[in-house]
Amino acid sequence: MADTIDQKQNFIKGIVKENPVFVMLLGMCPTLGVTSSAFNGLGMGIATLFVLLMSNIVVSLVKSQIPSKVRIPAFIIIIASFVTVVEMMLEAFIPFLYEQLGIFIPLIVVNCLILGRAEAFASKRNLISSVIDALGMGLGFVLALTVLGATREMLGSGSIFEIKFVPEDANTFILFILPPGAFIALAYLTVIFNKVSIKT
Amino acid sequence: MRKKKSTFINMMVSLLVITLISGIALGFVHDLTIGPIAKAKLERKINALKLVLPKFDNNPVEELKLVRSEQAKDSIEIYPAFFKSEFAGVAIVGSTEKGFSGLIKVMVGFDPNGKIINIVVLDQKETPGLGTKIKDVKFIQHYINKNPSSFNLKVTKDGGEVDALTGATISSRAFSEAVQVAYDAYIKNIDSIKKSEN
Repeated sequence: MADTIDQKQNFIKGIVKENPVFVMLLGMCPTLGVTSSAFNGLGMGIATLFVLLMSNIVVSLVKSQIPSKVRIPAFIIIIASFVTVVEMMLEAFIPFLYEQLGIFIPLIVVNCLILGRAEAFASKRNLISSVIDALGMGLGFVLALTVLGATREMLGSGSIFEIKFVPEDANTFILFILPPGAFIALAYLTVIFNKVSIKT
Repeated sequence: MRKKKSTFINMMVSLLVITLISGIALGFVHDLTIGPIAKAKLERKINALKLVLPKFDNNPVEELKLVRSEQAKDSIEIYPAFFKSEFAGVAIVGSTEKGFSGLIKVMVGFDPNGKIINIVVLDQKETPGLGTKIKDVKFIQHYINKNPSSFNLKVTKDGGEVDALTGATISSRAFSEAVQVAYDAYIKNIDSIKKSEN
């Protein structure tokens, strides 16, 4: 199958038109769970980006060897393997981030964004398109999580990337650090994102 | 390339090959990271020990003692410290399951009289921005230089002498309890701790 899609469009769509978080609303579990600070969001985003990239590469390479009836279990094994690799690597080399993200690292396995891209894109396209798709989608996910994390951190702890900009005793909207704040922040950011991206 | 047909043999073989490769790859990565993981954990422990203990010249990690306690699920770790063969202090890991989101693990350093030298939080899953303030110096300050024999570790709401964090009473209470577990272990084992002098 020849790929005739425009690679630039392919890359941009993951960030704007089909942004996994703000437009497609995929991978909500880590999105809501770990974004209590900008740093956590960024770390989770990059871990997901890595898994997405690797799984898209492998799925796109072996797609013709996988009988379609067992494609989902095959994809899940591939994804789970890379997630385990990420988990062990983080624990070994970035233990600080490993502790912060905790249970959400193994949960990358069931992030529907990754399975979704494997199923809907990488299993039908060639290697280069799949890599670009993974980079675009992954970057869209990283940006969304970082923005959401930064918003919640600014409102909730009065800091950004752990640099405080309010006095130590100031009252902040603690609600935004708590789980309900994640929903509220996500909802408003989604509205703003869609308003802006439709106009352009 | 044509897609493989979903025959029984094809499905079996492809899944077998995929699981085999991923198994081998994971084993390889595991071997690669097991060293650094152990090192990172040990380093964290040593850093914590340095923070809570006075000057010492032995290796507390080597003299680790494990004691059982009814208050905690895991056995309690005790790290005695000596300076010039004199008992200098001890670091005890106390834990409780009563945190806002479960386990809170703290390492408490005691001097030979039972006074708290310093406390380091090793493990916690409290609410970021609220319960996580138990890690702040401002909160731990309440405990430093206090001797739990004369200082009631409980929070003021429970009749103790510690001001709980605003909005995080449960976390503060659990923190106090973890420190209390460590102190109880200290009192119970004080003789054997001092004897381990080499």
